[in-house]
Amino acid sequence: MEKIRIKKEKSIYSLCFFIPLIVIYCGLFILPTLISFFFSMTVWNFTSFRFVGLQNFVDFFSEHSLRIGISNTFIYAVLTCALKVILGLALAIVLTSKIRTKNLVRSIVFFPNLISTVAVGIIFSALMHPSKGLFSKVLDAIGIHGVDLLGNRSLALYSVIMVDVWKGVGVATVIYIAGILAISKDYYEAASLDGTTKLQQFAHITVPLCRPSINSVIILAFISGMRTFDLIWSMTGGGPGFATDTMASVIYKQYAAGFYGLSTAGNVIMFVLIAVIAFPLFKYLTSKELDA
Amino acid sequence: MSRKRKTILADIIVVAIALFVFGLPLYFLVINSFKTDKEARLLNISWPDKFQIAENFKQAFANQDYLIIRAFFNSVIITAFSVVGLIIVCSMAGYTIQRRNDKPVKIINAVVLAGLMIPPSILPTIWIMQSVGIYKTIPGMVIVEIALGIPFTTMLFRGYMGTVPREIEEAAMIDGCGKLRIFASIIFPLLKPITSTVTILSAINVFNDFVNPLYFLPGTKNATIQLTLYNFMGKFSNKYNLLFADIILITVPILLLFIFFNKKIVDGMAAGSVKG
Repeated sequence: MEKIRIKKEKSIYSLCFFIPLIVIYCGLFILPTLISFFFSMTVWNFTSFRFVGLQNFVDFFSEHSLRIGISNTFIYAVLTCALKVILGLALAIVLTSKIRTKNLVRSIVFFPNLISTVAVGIIFSALMHPSKGLFSKVLDAIGIHGVDLLGNRSLALYSVIMVDVWKGVGVATVIYIAGILAISKDYYEAASLDGTTKLQQFAHITVPLCRPSINSVIILAFISGMRTFDLIWSMTGGGPGFATDTMASVIYKQYAAGFYGLSTAGNVIMFVLIAVIAFPLFKYLTSKELDA
Repeated sequence: MSRKRKTILADIIVVAIALFVFGLPLYFLVINSFKTDKEARLLNISWPDKFQIAENFKQAFANQDYLIIRAFFNSVIITAFSVVGLIIVCSMAGYTIQRRNDKPVKIINAVVLAGLMIPPSILPTIWIMQSVGIYKTIPGMVIVEIALGIPFTTMLFRGYMGTVPREIEEAAMIDGCGKLRIFASIIFPLLKPITSTVTILSAINVFNDFVNPLYFLPGTKNATIQLTLYNFMGKFSNKYNLLFADIILITVPILLLFIFFNKKIVDGMAAGSVKG
């Protein structure tokens, strides 16, 4: 039976349909990834290269201005992910309740996604201007004086994280809404007949049954947090000092400065970090999903 | 308070909070693009003393020899070709991945899925593009955008194929329809809903892309709209009215897409991610 099925599949669905995908995807995505492992161990400039072994990685981890990118990327990815997961779920709960303006509110929440990240960065840099910006004035008015949201080394990263959440929470919300709406109303009816509270329904029906959406949000938000570049670049350029440099901005800076080997090594480190964290996370989350 | 009153109150509160949090920065953007240099430099949200709308937008257009028009043209070309390319490449792939279950297909599926996570290796990509001679060209940019968009788009098509019954192809096969024709004239039209979702999502993605043009398409001749905006940011550091007018100009096309296809965008995001 199995053999017949496979034979039939082969006769209708041709592998030729993969040719364009294989050419483009392997040529400009997979192949560069493989090559990067080699060039991360060289000093190169597109035309010639010199093999230096693991020197680039040693430099990366010993130099503060490069190493800080790794920890910042972590903080950024974890915090944006956590905030989007929680706030997105809260928003989705509100927007699937009985309120009638939900379509309007959903559009409002989603809207920031349409504006390019660079534009969002520009708008918020203006709002966070140290002396004139609206945010600074509000902080001033409630008694917190002289805060420079983007110029303060210990604050700048968190300011950018807030903006990232502002822009990205709409996607999380939309994904959650779809998940929640797919849950059959029968569960809630049965539960309320048994006299459960809204909170119990949330914890024992909504959360477990929209697990796939939660997982999607976690993965999407985490990966995009790890790769973040445009927002950082348009708001702080990695500064003040190196306080907001992430892996992606370090990679760009090294490239712009002509250190192609270091830049490629940065790329490989980012790849390894994602592989070490995101792949197991993904596996773990989806295994939980099957149990539920 | 009656129940009805309560829900109305809840409605008002929710809308008010949403407008405050998400609308205020946008209001700030729009209102300042209407002001004079001097007023906009104050960066506040008060009503303009003097409106200077037409002039601001005209200047934002005319800046650097109407660079924005060329950038706009480039971005539209890149976006259009990338979207068409993605649809062709990924609909075929998604269809076959969903239908066939043998080893080569499983491998392809795994590699494509891995692409959702792997960060693109930029310098080796530039190196390959240079050796093929497509670095710093618009066709090269299009191919890169397609390559990077393949994982997500293929996943969307594969997910949607799950809702199309296999019997359709089997019947067509028995009637003597060729493999390519089965796909092109029977399956592809059935994929229309997901195709429109893909169109919109990838159009927004490519049009708003900043990182990839920054690496793969440097230089003013080929500037895309987001790079132009970034350059203006340096030049107009104290002419916020023009900078903001610029942002509005380049957001309008996406905004129009959103107004016409609002439901599609939202449904598509959900469909793609829930099925994972």
